[in-house]
Parts: sequence; structure tokens; C-alpha cells
Amino acid sequence: MAIIVDPDTRLVVQGLTGSEGRFHGLRNRSYGTNVVAGVTPGKGGQDVDGIPVFDTVVGAVSETGANTAMVFVPAPFAADAMYEAVDAGIATVICITEGVPAHEMLRLHAFVQVRGVRLIGPNCPGVLSPGKANVGIIPAEIFREGAIGLVSRSGTLTYQIGHELTQLGLGNSTIVGIGGDPIVGSSFLNILALFEADRQTERVVMVGEIGGDEEEKAAAFIEAEMSKPVVAYIAGFTAPPGKTMGHAGAIISGSEGTAQAKKDALEARGIRVGTTPTETARLVAELARV
Amino acid sequence: MDLHEHQGKELFRRYGIPVSDGRLATTPGEARSAAETLGGTVVVKAQVLIGGRGKAGGIKLASSPDEAEARAGEILGMDIRGHTVAKLWIERASDIAREYYLSLTFDRSAKQPLFMFTTQGGIDIEEVAATSPDALVKLLVDPLEGCHPWHARRLVYAAGVDDPGEQKQIAAIVGKLYEAFVGADAMLCEINPLIVTPDGEVRALDSKFTVDDNALFRHPDIAEMRDAAAADPLEALAREKGVTYVKLDGEVGVLGNGAGLTMSSVDVVTFAGGRPANFCDLGGGGDAQGVVDALEVVTSDPQVRSIFFNIFGGITRCDEVARGILQAVEQMGLGQPIVVRLDGTNAEEGRRILDEASLQNLHAEGTMLDGARRAVELAA
Repeated sequence: MAIIVDPDTRLVVQGLTGSEGRFHGLRNRSYGTNVVAGVTPGKGGQDVDGIPVFDTVVGAVSETGANTAMVFVPAPFAADAMYEAVDAGIATVICITEGVPAHEMLRLHAFVQVRGVRLIGPNCPGVLSPGKANVGIIPAEIFREGAIGLVSRSGTLTYQIGHELTQLGLGNSTIVGIGGDPIVGSSFLNILALFEADRQTERVVMVGEIGGDEEEKAAAFIEAEMSKPVVAYIAGFTAPPGKTMGHAGAIISGSEGTAQAKKDALEARGIRVGTTPTETARLVAELARV
Repeated sequence: MDLHEHQGKELFRRYGIPVSDGRLATTPGEARSAAETLGGTVVVKAQVLIGGRGKAGGIKLASSPDEAEARAGEILGMDIRGHTVAKLWIERASDIAREYYLSLTFDRSAKQPLFMFTTQGGIDIEEVAATSPDALVKLLVDPLEGCHPWHARRLVYAAGVDDPGEQKQIAAIVGKLYEAFVGADAMLCEINPLIVTPDGEVRALDSKFTVDDNALFRHPDIAEMRDAAAADPLEALAREKGVTYVKLDGEVGVLGNGAGLTMSSVDVVTFAGGRPANFCDLGGGGDAQGVVDALEVVTSDPQVRSIFFNIFGGITRCDEVARGILQAVEQMGLGQPIVVRLDGTNAEEGRRILDEASLQNLHAEGTMLDGARRAVELAA
């Protein structure tokens, strides 16, 4: 079954004619994703390697039945592109673009919330359901199909953990990168709930990092609402307070957001936390044997 | 991006939030003439991007231009928790009857702006939150609705502000602070203290203002306020080179691609018994020149004794990284041992390139953990 992207995904790529959009859009298509359209204002009627390009998202939806949008447009225009996708009736919007202002995301989050639209990102690697569909920039060859759900705030760290899982002979149902910005469309909670309901997923790995309190909230949710076992990893145990560690959201402010506080919150709810990606994969493998 | 007090106050002024009259000074002489212009007693305030200036002796009263000059001489060049004072804000001194606290920030969980207001201002807000949480009034704002007069009424009544004159002034400031927060794409606007003078006038006596880096493209005037001199010189060099770099204080230089993996690499070096010298993220692209630039930044820190390169190629290609490493070693004549772990896109090609170069100070390791351990050993 997998979550968010699968064989029913009909993808429209906003920014398909740009170099990044084209490269990854075509890569997603060669993986087997059903890429039905692209949107670039002013380039309607053209095509990118056979994929029709439209001026507007609503045009793409009415002509091709697109139900999922991947946003690759530059940061200053990304929020506008996401509003347009939502207005056109797209159910799932995945924004890869980095550098979207946080105030834009505050408003967008409130906007999609009441419309029941799923927004992933921004500044995220996308979503991959191995063997079914890949939407975004995750290198699919690292992962194999299986029963472990993986949700993460980071890109390359996810690849590292996926690689370690693969080496232990374990595969994934879906890999979801929710993004490292302070305000993102979907939280750990949203994705954990989807994994809980997904028949293919048997266990879940949650990859967090310093900043905010999403991991703490996830801990309470896992204890109260989830029957499937979850293993967590937190990056940034040695990060100094007050310094942003690359991701805009990865900052320890005051006493909040430390990796240790997150680990304590998770362990207090009986959730095991790996201190390195290798140990995390091993904990998952141990669960698999139980 | 964090703004200095005087820059935050400039933005407050633009949005109509009352602040005291002041001048910027970078020499004792300028402090004297600022005090002469302002007249009366002034406050000499160190402009550094760190809290606790008062306790460190960075804020002093001066009752005459002579005294302002003398205090400025003492404070300029002072080290406040690792920040050297290069600028002073000379401000007309205020008589204070009461000190309140007002801030607007992001509640990341609720994904909404959050007002915090208390009549127990002037001290650390974490302390108020811990000792008298009931005195701290919190109120979320729907970002699509914006701030309305009732938000301000809710804050002042809940905090127990009784005086109608104060209520009116604070309500106006609440509305203007929201305009400043949204208008300047701020992540944090904090007024502590928000003072009431004996005559009942309400004013912002300090400002803490953080602007979203991602939004600076639409605020060129604020982007210009960046104080390159206040940043760590290595961090400033990194910014110039387009590399994400955070200085730490150990001996093992750490480079990775992607914030999460790099953060994790810093952790793993620590767990292996080493002390990371930095966090350095090559970012998504990581072409050969990017690697050379990053190595230049990392090795500019004289404390670095070994380097751990941890690359998991996705968009980043390991062969490009390998070429960059060789180019950097050759161009800069790097002598420090460099431990390289390559996986993902074109990893085999990358490893072959490094292997064929057969440089004495290059060490290839197969896993992240082994790489970290080796780099720690080599730094010892």
C-alpha cells in the first residue's frame, strides 16, 4: 500500500522546464512515477521529453487528471505556486524548493489545513515508495521495498539510515522527508498517523534533529495512538545553543529543543533512540527479529 | 539574522513603536558628541549580538558628555561572552516607574505567531515562565486573520494592566509590533523591558529582533544591516564562499553534505572521543570548487589537526568531491590528515580517484563510524 505516493499518483511538476525540475522530473518518471504534466507560465503547449507543459495548474489538472504536485519553482515564487496547486484541486503538494520565507509557510499552513490538502516540505527531499513511485530528489537506488516506514527532517541523513537498513537486509514501505525548516506543511505526527494506518508498514523509524518540540509531541502520540513499534534517531547531541546547524529549524533556543531532551522524552515513553545512524538501524533490525 | 538593539529600534521607530532618542558611536569622541546633542543623562550601551550585556558591564549611565566619553572608552573593545564591543548606542536616559515585557514569536507547534506579555518585565522571561507562569499571558494569532484590537485587549486585561492610559498605549504597541513582525519577516520581536515612565508614557527600552534569512531577498534594507564584523571571522569567510559553517572549539574538522548528516557526523566524532572543530555543510551541489572553498574555510582554523569528510552522495557526486579534495590538497598544500568516507552517487569512481592519487595524508574509510574513529585518532 505505502503512503502519500504510489501507482495512483498522477504528478504535475511545477517548474518542469527549469534545470532542476527537468532533471528530477525525468528521473522520477524513469523510476516509474506517473508524471502527467508540467507547469511553467508562458510555456504552455511545449513539452519536456514528451511530458505536456501547461501555463496553469488548473489547466494541467483538467487535461491530465493530475492529483499530486511537486514544486520546483524558485523560493520567491514557491508560495504562490503552492496556493495555485491547492486552488486547482491538487490533494498532495510536495515542495522541494529551499528558502521559502517562514511567514509564507505560516499562512500556507493555515490555508491548506481547512482544505484538507496534504502539504510536504518545503526544503525537503520528497517522498519515495520503493517499487511504486518517487516524487522528489531521493536517490531511489539506496532503498529497497519492505515494511519499514521512514520519516525524517533531513535529506542525506535519511539516505545514510536507509543505506544502513538496506545493508541489514531491511526495506522500506515509504520514505518521507518532511523538511528542516521551522514551519513545514506536515509534522512527524501527521506522517506517523499515516504509517499506523498503512497495511504495508510494520515498523517505523523517525529521524529527528535539534530544535522545536515535534519529537516530544511525536513521543506522546506514539505512546497513545500507535500499535506499531517506532525507533528514533536524533541528530545534534553536541550542537551548541544559539547556533543554527544548517537547517533553519535546527537551533537550540533557551532550554528547548536539545537532542538530549528529545531522547529523554522518547525513552520515557518506551521508544528506543539510537545515538548513531548505525545503532539506529541495528535497533530496527532487533525489532524485526522479535 | 539577529539585529543589534539600535537596528531593531530603528525598525520599531519605522512602525511607530515609541523608543528613546539615541545616536550610534564607535569612538569615545563620538560618544561625547552624541551625549552633547542628546543632553542630560544618557545611557551608554554596548551593541553586541549576545544577551547579558548589563551584567557584563556593557551598559553604563553617564550624567555628562565627559562621563559618556569615559564610559565609552571603558566599554569599547570589551569582551562580552566572546563578542568584542565595536559599537555603542548612546541613548537619552529614561525614568522608569514600571517594567513590562512584550514579545511576538513563532509557536512552531501551533504554527502560528505567539504574543507573550507580562507586567513582570526587565528580567529574563524564562525566569518569569518558571517562577510565575500565571503572570505570563500567551496568545496565538491566526496568520490569515492577523492581529485585531481584541488581541491587544485580551493581553492587557489578562496581565492586569489597570491604568486606561497605559492600556491604550500598550494596545497600540501590540498592533504595531504585529505589523513590524509580519512586515519585516521577523522570527522574533521582543521588547524587554517595555517601560512605563513616572509620567505614564510607555516606551520600548530594548529590542531583540531576528529576521528570517529566507526572506532577506525582499528586504534589501534589512539585509544591509548585517554586521559582518560581529560574526566569527571564519563564519564570515564561509558566508562569502557560500558554505554553511559553524565554529566549534575542538581539533577535528568535520565536513559533510546536508545539514542532518553533518550534524550527525559532529555527534559521531564526539562519541568516538574527539572534539569537533566545526560543523561544515557543503550543501546540495558540492562541485569540486565548493569542496575547495569549504576546505579553505575549515583549515583556516589553526586548531584543526585532522579532517573528517563524510559524504553520502545524492545530488552530490562523490567523484566531484574527490576531485575537489585533491585540488584543495594541491593548491593549499594541506598537510593535515584527511579521512574520507564516500557513499552513494559515483562513490566507486570517487574512491578510485583518491586511491590513484596515493597521497600520504589521505585515508579512505568504508563507514561513517570508522571514518570518525580514524579522524579522532589522527587528531590525537
